[in-house]
Amino acid sequence: MSELALNLKPLKTNKEKSGNKFEIRDYLRLDLFPHFLCPGCGHGIALRALLWAVHDLDIEKDQLAVVSGIGCSGRLSAYVDANTFHTTHGRPLAFATGLKLARPDLHVIVITGDGDCLAIGGNHLIHAARRNLDITCVMLNNEVYGMTGGQVSPTTSLDRFTTTTPLGNQEPGFDACALAKGAGATFVGREVTLQTTALKNLIQEGLSHEGFSFIEVISDCTEIYGRKNELGSSPEMVLSQKRSILPKFDGTTVDKPFRAGTWETGVLVREERPEYYQAYREHCHKVLGTGPGKNNE
Amino acid sequence: MSDMPQRLSLQGNQACALGAIAAGCRLFAGYPITPSSEVAERMSKELPRVDGVFIQMEDEIASMAAVLGASMGGVKSMTATSGPGFSLKQENIGYASLAEVPCVIINVMRGGPSTGMPTRPAQGDVMQSRWGTHGDHPIIVVTPSSVQEIFQQTIEAFNLSETYRVPVIVLYDEAIGHLVDTVDLPDQESVEIHDRKWASGPAEGFLPYQPDEDGIPPMPLPGDGYRTHTTGLTHLETGFPTQVPADVTRVISRLLDKIENHRDSIEQYELIHCDDAEILVVAFGISARASERAVNVARERGIKVGLMRPVTLWPFPERKLKELAGRVSHVLVPEMNAGQLILEIERLCPDTVTVAGINRFDGDPINPNEILTRIEEIKQ
Repeated sequence: MSELALNLKPLKTNKEKSGNKFEIRDYLRLDLFPHFLCPGCGHGIALRALLWAVHDLDIEKDQLAVVSGIGCSGRLSAYVDANTFHTTHGRPLAFATGLKLARPDLHVIVITGDGDCLAIGGNHLIHAARRNLDITCVMLNNEVYGMTGGQVSPTTSLDRFTTTTPLGNQEPGFDACALAKGAGATFVGREVTLQTTALKNLIQEGLSHEGFSFIEVISDCTEIYGRKNELGSSPEMVLSQKRSILPKFDGTTVDKPFRAGTWETGVLVREERPEYYQAYREHCHKVLGTGPGKNNE
Repeated sequence: MSDMPQRLSLQGNQACALGAIAAGCRLFAGYPITPSSEVAERMSKELPRVDGVFIQMEDEIASMAAVLGASMGGVKSMTATSGPGFSLKQENIGYASLAEVPCVIINVMRGGPSTGMPTRPAQGDVMQSRWGTHGDHPIIVVTPSSVQEIFQQTIEAFNLSETYRVPVIVLYDEAIGHLVDTVDLPDQESVEIHDRKWASGPAEGFLPYQPDEDGIPPMPLPGDGYRTHTTGLTHLETGFPTQVPADVTRVISRLLDKIENHRDSIEQYELIHCDDAEILVVAFGISARASERAVNVARERGIKVGLMRPVTLWPFPERKLKELAGRVSHVLVPEMNAGQLILEIERLCPDTVTVAGINRFDGDPINPNEILTRIEEIKQ
């Protein structure tokens, strides 16, 4: 890998791009390809939807910060041609909190996974939701610790087999969106990778939301989790998402869903509450009687 | 900080906060823990006045992470804690060492292990401050022994951290942290401040971990167009991961050499009556203050004894100690633990020198009389 270099393309603003049509290559560090994701993994679809949303919002790459943790989801930040931070396990939201407070001018996106965000990083999720700092958290839920070989996660469905539940999982899983909502997140949504356009639109709405937005992406781990549980090939797993979701406009239920139970998709929470950094700054100025930006560079 | 020099009565922890503000710290992320909480409390008051940000995070780990996030965004930042919290911060201190993120960590030592004695002083984190996080990593530890010096060394910690892109620990015990003393604060203009080297020049072909001749790479500022990658994985000059043995050897060696090759600029120590000393006392923090008293009294009684007080605990000023050790017969190491700093001293002293510790880990500072008695015993 020693000949790897950063993206060498000249800087271009979105507006300069031909026709302003989304081209994923404009947002990737192509020098790092081929990527490390397994065939059939849903994370690539999620990343595409995310970058598409970034494009449509005309967010400059120089002003974009992507913060990730550890795990398969954690590796995605490296492929994004932006200011990227691959941090420690479970901590991307805490890193992002410091970054956003220091640099409110940056668009800060966190990419995390079900283990990273709900197990080791669970404390940071609930407090980020409570605080309402303007960060968008995209949690890729594949129900398993893929990077470490397929261990049970806090979202693994009941009776599923993993390398640490060889007899079938008996722990109930988290409903991540309900958790984020309960902790006070002002924007919560869920979407499946099957519906890439809907996912892109959801992420776009999350990015536009002023405050903390939490988006759960139902993503498939085909090579490890899918094989172990005989969930079929990659296309079958993706298509099965159709049977396990409960779009807000449609009440379809199925008898053997990919996930135990049906999962509401779309925008689940949208509330107005003061964004934390602005509220802090304005309050301090008010109490101290100082003007905004007095000592700012 | 004022435009004019000031003389104030301050607690050690408050002096620390004022030193941080003077050094240009503009973000503090912390978590309450005795006996360091006054640092956070003072920062929460001072930072809004300089358009900085104070945040109390959900836990110790998060506060260290937020400090690094802010620093990677280009803002000088710090946290403060004590033993149990210091243990939790080690994960991200390691990240800062490898990713070369400047940051300052205040560790006000209390009795340990575990929850130990929250309100009692100790010096039990000598080794943890050096080796608390896993792997071979660069780190700098400074250890003030007075309220005035806490102010100065907090500024120095920021300067070192920015210059060498390493985490810097300011290590002092509860006794000094809660000591109230008169402190001379300089006017802001006369405070010497060092900022990290910022990357400049074309973004094309920019390598974020390509060092200058001094071994330290300039840091890219997000928003300046470099769009680089920062990771806790062992990485190449490009910022992207490697596991190629020759590459790993090169990049990790540079991290370690960054400190090793600049020892002369980093190491600080104080020598008292060392010129003709036959007995040498080596101590830091509150134990150094007790030692100074004991040495002065012993001198009045005609005993040739001196004190070496390392201000930089890590890297330990070993060349100076070796030089002094070559001239004395005995070295005494008073420290408020079961014997940590003494391991370093024994390593550096020739076999001809008798090295002995004076140790307390009962929550009480070492008394000058205890040290004086040992000095007199040696003399007999």
